[in-house]
Amino acid sequence: MATLKDIKLKIVGVKKTQKITKAMNMVAASKLRGAQEKAEAFRPYANKFAEVLGSLSDRIDADEEHAPPLLVPRAEVKTIDLLLMTSDRGLCGGFNTNLIIKAEKFMKEKAEQGVDVRLICMGRKGRDYFRRKKYNIHSEHIGVVGGKFGFNVAVNAGQELIDAFLNGETDEAHVIFSEYVSMSRQVPTLSQVVPIVGVEKAEQAQEAEYIAEHICEPPAEELMAEMLPKQVYVQIFRGLLETSTSEHAARMAAMDNATTNCGEMITSLSLVYNKARQAAITADLMDIVGGAEALKG
Amino acid sequence: MAGNIMLEVVTPDKSVVSEEAQIVVAPGEYGEFGVLIGHTSFLTTLKTGMLRYKDKGGSERAVFVSGGFAEVLPNKVTVLAESADRRRDIDVERARAAMKRAEQRLSEARVKEDIDSRRAEAALQRAIARMKISERRTA
Repeated sequence: MATLKDIKLKIVGVKKTQKITKAMNMVAASKLRGAQEKAEAFRPYANKFAEVLGSLSDRIDADEEHAPPLLVPRAEVKTIDLLLMTSDRGLCGGFNTNLIIKAEKFMKEKAEQGVDVRLICMGRKGRDYFRRKKYNIHSEHIGVVGGKFGFNVAVNAGQELIDAFLNGETDEAHVIFSEYVSMSRQVPTLSQVVPIVGVEKAEQAQEAEYIAEHICEPPAEELMAEMLPKQVYVQIFRGLLETSTSEHAARMAAMDNATTNCGEMITSLSLVYNKARQAAITADLMDIVGGAEALKG
Repeated sequence: MAGNIMLEVVTPDKSVVSEEAQIVVAPGEYGEFGVLIGHTSFLTTLKTGMLRYKDKGGSERAVFVSGGFAEVLPNKVTVLAESADRRRDIDVERARAAMKRAEQRLSEARVKEDIDSRRAEAALQRAIARMKISERRTA
């Protein structure tokens, strides 16, 4: 049976934990705001970029032979690069686990099809996990997600994927990132970045016509070749922003839960403490009364 | 002049410039070009270098741009760059340090044409362009 002192100590301990989780919750909240602002700042660039790329791809006849290599899917896929984004830090609930599960599932599927998957880890948590599992990690980028990263991070990572694709080492590259849906929902998402799929054509006829009048310098094909790698960077950067936002949202939720749980624990411990104290007092009283009775007799 | 043209310089991190300009001069892939209002619309890639414009009041401004392209419409110029800084935001010390670093890396890896030396070359160019701009007298 725990003594009064033990329970008291436990309550003090839980209160301290609660303070920490509360602080972490607030830190995560402010970082989340930062990440959201960053994502917001990226939007004008991304929109304009998509618009220009879309209208350019309208102008290029996608005949197989002259299409830029980054747009052409390989007939036979033997090796795939998988860029897995996770956070560097823990204490964010199931955030990293969900991403890792997604990656493992993907790798298993591909292994069954006889496709090699080269793992590139962005974020310490994913790397540590796969290192423990003795997977071969092709390369890693640590200290990026969740912190202050710039576009150059996406450029470096994208360059790596593109180079490997163009010199024939790999036939496809995919990214797993965490899509930020809402404060309470972050979805691990898989998307193919190389070769580039789903360049949206500018659908509004008016817009297409508009761009058709553009003079391009260098010619549209070359311009396209120049812009396609950027499309990969943009996609990776978007993934990074989403993952970063998701991480902070997930941590906020996790820490919120932890704070609530601490509160519950304190309540129930206080109850136990008070009961124990009351029991001790009753026992003492019984002793005194018993003693007095004995003296009388 | 018939009026001012809208200039926007956007990077993935922020919007660097968004204001009206009398004239914009940008470092195009095939040479520097000037844009006034009513220009034919066109699309071009930009070299690492300096974009100049005259603001509404007529004072000349300089902006560093790198890894970008420009879309010119009759009433608007949009520059999408991987990095861009107004002259007053350029960190000269940082640029100088970056230049030293890049030079060192280049002299070490002079032999092979690998990714690292390509990167160093690009970094060197950026640093030089930044420093050049910061030495100009106009804001």
